[in-house]
Amino acid sequence: MNDISPVQTIGLPQPFVDGPEKVTGKAMYAADFSAADALVGRILRSPVAHAKIVSVDTARAEALAGVLAVVTGEDCADTHGVLPIAMNEWALARYRVRYRGEPVAAVAAVDEATAQQALALIEVEYEELPAYFTAEEARAEGAIDLHEERPGNIERDVHFDLGDVDGGMAEADLVREMTFQCAEVCQAQMEPHAAFAEYDTARERLTMRSSTQVPYYVHLMLARVLGIDKLQVRVVKPYIGGGFGSRTETLQSELAAALLARKAGRSVKVVLSREETFITHRGRPESQLRMKVGMRKDGTITAVDFEAVQRGGAYSDYGIVTILYAGSMIYGIYDITSARFEGYRVLTNTPPCGAFRGHGTVKTRFAFESLIDDMAIELGLDPFEVRRANLLQAPTMTENDLLVNSYGLDECLDWVEQASGWRQRKGKLGPYRGLGMACSHYISGASKPKHWTGEPHATIHLRVDWDASITLLTGAAEIGQGSSTVMAQCVAETLGVDMGRIRVISSDSALTPKDNGSYSSRVTYMVGNASIDAAQNLKAKLIEAAARKLEIAPEDVECLGEVYRGGQQDQGLSFDEVVMEALGGEGTLTVKGIFDTIPESWGGRKYRGAAIGGTMAFSYAAQVVEVAVDPDTAEITVEKVWVAHDCGKALNPLSVEGQVQGSVWMGMGQAMTEETRLHDGLLLHANMLDYRVPTIVDSPPIEVKIVEAADPHGPFGAKEAGEGSLSGFLPALTNAVADAIGVRATELPLTPDRLLDLLEKTALAERAGGKEVA
Amino acid sequence: MKTILSVTVNGQPRDDVVPDNMLLVDYLREKIGLTGTKVGCDGGECGACTVLIDGRPRHACLTLAATCQEARIDTVESLAHAGRLSAIQRGFHEKLGAQCGFCTPGMVMAAEGLLRQNPAPSEADIRSALAANICRCTGYVKIIEAVQAAARELAS
Repeated sequence: MNDISPVQTIGLPQPFVDGPEKVTGKAMYAADFSAADALVGRILRSPVAHAKIVSVDTARAEALAGVLAVVTGEDCADTHGVLPIAMNEWALARYRVRYRGEPVAAVAAVDEATAQQALALIEVEYEELPAYFTAEEARAEGAIDLHEERPGNIERDVHFDLGDVDGGMAEADLVREMTFQCAEVCQAQMEPHAAFAEYDTARERLTMRSSTQVPYYVHLMLARVLGIDKLQVRVVKPYIGGGFGSRTETLQSELAAALLARKAGRSVKVVLSREETFITHRGRPESQLRMKVGMRKDGTITAVDFEAVQRGGAYSDYGIVTILYAGSMIYGIYDITSARFEGYRVLTNTPPCGAFRGHGTVKTRFAFESLIDDMAIELGLDPFEVRRANLLQAPTMTENDLLVNSYGLDECLDWVEQASGWRQRKGKLGPYRGLGMACSHYISGASKPKHWTGEPHATIHLRVDWDASITLLTGAAEIGQGSSTVMAQCVAETLGVDMGRIRVISSDSALTPKDNGSYSSRVTYMVGNASIDAAQNLKAKLIEAAARKLEIAPEDVECLGEVYRGGQQDQGLSFDEVVMEALGGEGTLTVKGIFDTIPESWGGRKYRGAAIGGTMAFSYAAQVVEVAVDPDTAEITVEKVWVAHDCGKALNPLSVEGQVQGSVWMGMGQAMTEETRLHDGLLLHANMLDYRVPTIVDSPPIEVKIVEAADPHGPFGAKEAGEGSLSGFLPALTNAVADAIGVRATELPLTPDRLLDLLEKTALAERAGGKEVA
Repeated sequence: MKTILSVTVNGQPRDDVVPDNMLLVDYLREKIGLTGTKVGCDGGECGACTVLIDGRPRHACLTLAATCQEARIDTVESLAHAGRLSAIQRGFHEKLGAQCGFCTPGMVMAAEGLLRQNPAPSEADIRSALAANICRCTGYVKIIEAVQAAARELAS
């Protein structure tokens, strides 16, 4: 019996528990559900960007044979929105439309052709208003307000001034300031938005299956918008084809499907086209940034002064949070004391922005890492040296009260420097080739949830029955990031059992405990910890049962996972036997585990909104990007990326690698090719060809090093892995281009057109003898 | 107008009456319930609907069902035999070539088409064969590893 030991699952590469379903086509996504009585739901969208709705006449559409329901804003009991303080969106527009493509009405019919025909029969009279497509236009004097309660079209302005910025600038040996312009980008997850709503007319109950990252928020908003009790709603999350933040709130596709299903008394499926998915948007806002940094000769940063203006789109959405993150995330990565921030989130007549992977932090990082790279070169310092001159020492609290408990950035820097051959190769790659580097960080979940209810951040239920299988019930939304696998690992490791004993049931409000959802990289940290807590509670019950059966004291029971015994000479009890003993007199076991954040991690009160940024742990990343630039076409080829990511203990190294590669690559799309483009509010990019995400041909090898600076409170020491290395790519790329051809790109995406313009401007400026480069 | 379509889907001969304007992807998903094949775009943009028509990868969203007369159609549902994952499926599962899984059926079928033509593809061959399939999760690194693993397994 001596060779028996608990099964290890943590730290070993684990293919996903739901992988077989995905590779065989058995995985059911929202659009794959059907029912014999199901109707097709379609949405009528506004052809104008800003207008008063004078009238909506649905009579002719309702009269069309095969139409079972038509709904408009009049059918909505209330507004909706993701932040309790900013719910100003209607599922179907009432009174006004504020962007081109905004839903105005919806139809349920027996087939798509009939539904489409019915849409054409709905008569809407609009009285057009001036429309604003840029932040500048919307902020201009005399612009009318999109929302009465948001004067000047400012969703939120943020100001903080911490430490002594003016003193820091005065003390610096070098002060430099640059401005940056970043295009709006969209998540473009592979699965178009879809919702399948079933309505039980006898019981007045709604069941929703939809492509969401946040089943709980969908549940809340369905009840609110339908004006029904929350107990009349059940939300079941099917397989989800990616999210990246586009589904961290309730979308009109879900609300329209539900309104139609209730009115028709039938099942309704709404599947958006790719174009409509782009119109739904919720991406990362177009931003202008001004960044000023003071630096000593040795590279230490003395002060930061910056401003961000974000074009938020037509509704509040996550806007307040996004602009607050843009400011607070200047902290938490380097030792910065003095910083000043002015942030403006502006409402415009464009599709609403939301939370996109790396939420709020990406453009701040781009501006900062670009500027300090230039300053390093001006001071004759190596870019690595400048970063190393400003490292934090964990544990520490930042000037804006963010808790930093673990910090592996130094190790990340060492690895990418060495792996890329930086010291030997930098400057020696030949003409038009270059190396660039940058660092980044991200939170492991927000320590204060948006909906503060007093409940723990995460709750897990484990159920064990006579078959000795363990059912893990979680509300955490598996959206392809591997959360169900990580939770199964946490439970298996704590109990020392094989993962095959564990079945994960994720996100069915009738079965699983509530969870806030998959966003802000909260799930591994928070739900992982709750899973461990639940498994420990289960283990205590099993040890008690084993002790009873073995007639020894619980503290003398040795738990070897699949065997519980009293000592080395004891043959012990199998897991099945222990379970049967535990069930005796009690029946099916159900145990619970919870997780809550500690008050030190809640963020500060130093300015309005300062809690945004508060987290239990930060991930850190450094990357080196190697590029070649074609001098004739200005086309950039990314030859290779080396990235090191500190995720604390890597629970599933296979998945961590996948997350880091995906993050870096998504950063690459934003840096090089992706942008939303509008003409008078009409989307010019609303398909997967014009919205240029990199193909497999454009995509470089990405070598990943996992750095494990264990977090004292993380599950087995883990932190986030899925977002932190995205933002670093943008400045690492432009720093590499600067190294290759000597120009500083400040506008993204850096398409060949933009780079050619920049090269021409630079050449003109040089010919004119001036130093200024736009 | 409608056509009687005689076609072999995943090894099963079938005769179905289909409207002449019905897309192959709608025939597969809606008419015969094979929802493994996905729709990720508005036509020919993303590759999620890739199936094999007579062994060659094709966009089911750009193909009219009625044009598949007497053809052999293979979808992702055809690959596993007796409950055992095929080499390409095992590659995608074990190497984590699938994260959210939505592009996976198309990726798997495009890769299957490649390996049937070229059992020992170079990395450049793999990139070329999957160039019409977009994945938004992986950065493609592990997709390439998945196809390489499958090729190795098939060779051994």
